[in-house]
Amino acid sequence: MPQPKDAQPGFATLAIHAGAAPDPSTGARVTPIYQTTSYVFNDVDHAAALFNLEVFGNIYTRIGGPTQAVLEQRIAALEGGTAALAVASGHAAQVLAFHTLMQTGDEFVAGRQLYGGSVNQFNHSFKKFNWKVAWADATRPETFDAAITPKTKAIFCESIANPGGIVVDLPAVSAIAKKAGVPLIVDNTLATPYLCRPKEFGADIVIHSLTKFMGGHGNSIGGAIVDCGSFDWLSSKRRYPTLTEPNPSYNGMRLAETFGNFAYAIACRVLGLRDIGPALSPFNAFLILTGIETLPLRMAKHCENALVVAKFLAKHKQVEWVNYAGLPSNPYNALAKKICPKGAGSVFTFGLKGGYKAGVKLVSNVKLLSHLANIGDVRSLIIHPASTTHRQLTDEQRKAAGAGDDVVRLSIGLEDASDIIADLNQALAAK
Amino acid sequence: MNHDSYQDSYIAGILAQAKAIAMVGASAGSNRPSYFAMKYLLGKGYAIFPVNPTLRGKEIQGRKVYAALADLPGPVDMVDIFRNSAAAAEIVREAIALKKKLGIGVIWMQLGVRNDRAATEAEAAGLKVVMNRCPKIEYGRLSGEIGWAGVNAGILSSKRPLLSGAGVQSHVIGGKR
Repeated sequence: MPQPKDAQPGFATLAIHAGAAPDPSTGARVTPIYQTTSYVFNDVDHAAALFNLEVFGNIYTRIGGPTQAVLEQRIAALEGGTAALAVASGHAAQVLAFHTLMQTGDEFVAGRQLYGGSVNQFNHSFKKFNWKVAWADATRPETFDAAITPKTKAIFCESIANPGGIVVDLPAVSAIAKKAGVPLIVDNTLATPYLCRPKEFGADIVIHSLTKFMGGHGNSIGGAIVDCGSFDWLSSKRRYPTLTEPNPSYNGMRLAETFGNFAYAIACRVLGLRDIGPALSPFNAFLILTGIETLPLRMAKHCENALVVAKFLAKHKQVEWVNYAGLPSNPYNALAKKICPKGAGSVFTFGLKGGYKAGVKLVSNVKLLSHLANIGDVRSLIIHPASTTHRQLTDEQRKAAGAGDDVVRLSIGLEDASDIIADLNQALAAK
Repeated sequence: MNHDSYQDSYIAGILAQAKAIAMVGASAGSNRPSYFAMKYLLGKGYAIFPVNPTLRGKEIQGRKVYAALADLPGPVDMVDIFRNSAAAAEIVREAIALKKKLGIGVIWMQLGVRNDRAATEAEAAGLKVVMNRCPKIEYGRLSGEIGWAGVNAGILSSKRPLLSGAGVQSHVIGGKR
């Protein structure tokens, strides 16, 4: 008689409990902050066994620790993955994610509708490592196919794309990745697993900037790599030697053979994090973990507020256009209902009549919204990219990056929506 | 029995009750999965009997290697198969034949090893079967230790993990789940 698998807990339950247990020696209920760099060994043989990965355990906080471990399990559970690795930042997560997959000279295809920081990382630092990015258009999945070559090792895109308004057709991109035999990496920062679980659409690896909605309170920089456990490294026609070949630093062990469907996450830790070192502070891990406990509540409110504010702006006489996938009139609204049915997030852009000057005036006059470079905070945030983050670019480059003179980006927070609207109203009206 | 997924209580029960494990296809190579599993399980207090005709008479991690299940000197609760799915069929038949003599109760096949026909035969003979799993990974999962590697154990519990009492960072599986 078929035995049912243990019943799966709901998302809110996982957000609070996954990975956590009372401390075995003190009974402390909340995850302790293990603010220590190192861990004692029982004896020399225990130490050797830890270094050889023969037993589980903590050695040194560059590589991991119990506080970070709870965060990693939490994120893996929420994304439906087999394992996760928490690191110092989203950027660090991307470096390690690719470091495990790429050899020098390898290529990857990325949709160009990305957070600007990722664009820079791929075009500059990755180029320095001789990891070559081929740009595709995430709004036209077939362009990914066209960019695949024999040297391609991965496809990368976002789920809800920064700065908002675009949702990527993940099933279509996933089909291309599967046809090409490469893993699909999805940056799920703007959506979080509450709104979208890329694994369900075929992603093999999920990336997060925990700094944003996951931590949710603007207090800690962090990043994560999630192993969906879905890519068969050993059977792949493309070569991923870091995972499949005998590893010289672990006595010739083949990671994909020893660690099965969480080998990728292990490799990112015991090779990438070990050697490159972008470790997450235990204190940051604790704060992010605490934030995640209320992820479902916060994301629901973020989306509810964003829709109200977007509708208000769409009717405002000083606003030319609003680009938010949650608005029924938006070209990506139908796709959003498929990819992130609970909501389109709370990051979006709008265009001011009056261009550059109007943008500067607006951000200078807000009194409740915060003018800063971040997204995904309980506080509502605003930025005018043309006069700040993208100021160094030419007019053409700005336009191509979606940061034309009239563009204002919002990250709507959890304040009473009427107060957010009142602040925008007064700032728009200010002389 | 559905072998696509197992209830945690089923696996925990097997690992909590087993005292001696025969590892068929055990390797002396310290970078092989069987070596890792053996080291970990020895550390958790299991008696391990490596079985590998090519290493007969030698020792792996201080344990004498036997040529075949039939040569084992003492009772063995679980036969852990580190051979491929096809080879597993013959090993299962040997285990069934030796079930009474050795007190075998469980057939366990490693990651990537799955033989549904052999499983049916074993179950018909009254043996429990686990396939496509690693006892090190399962023990790590159920004890909570695997969480230190960021692995999703798939378990929610408000109960404290059980300490082995033998040094730091060492958990054990409870008798009942």
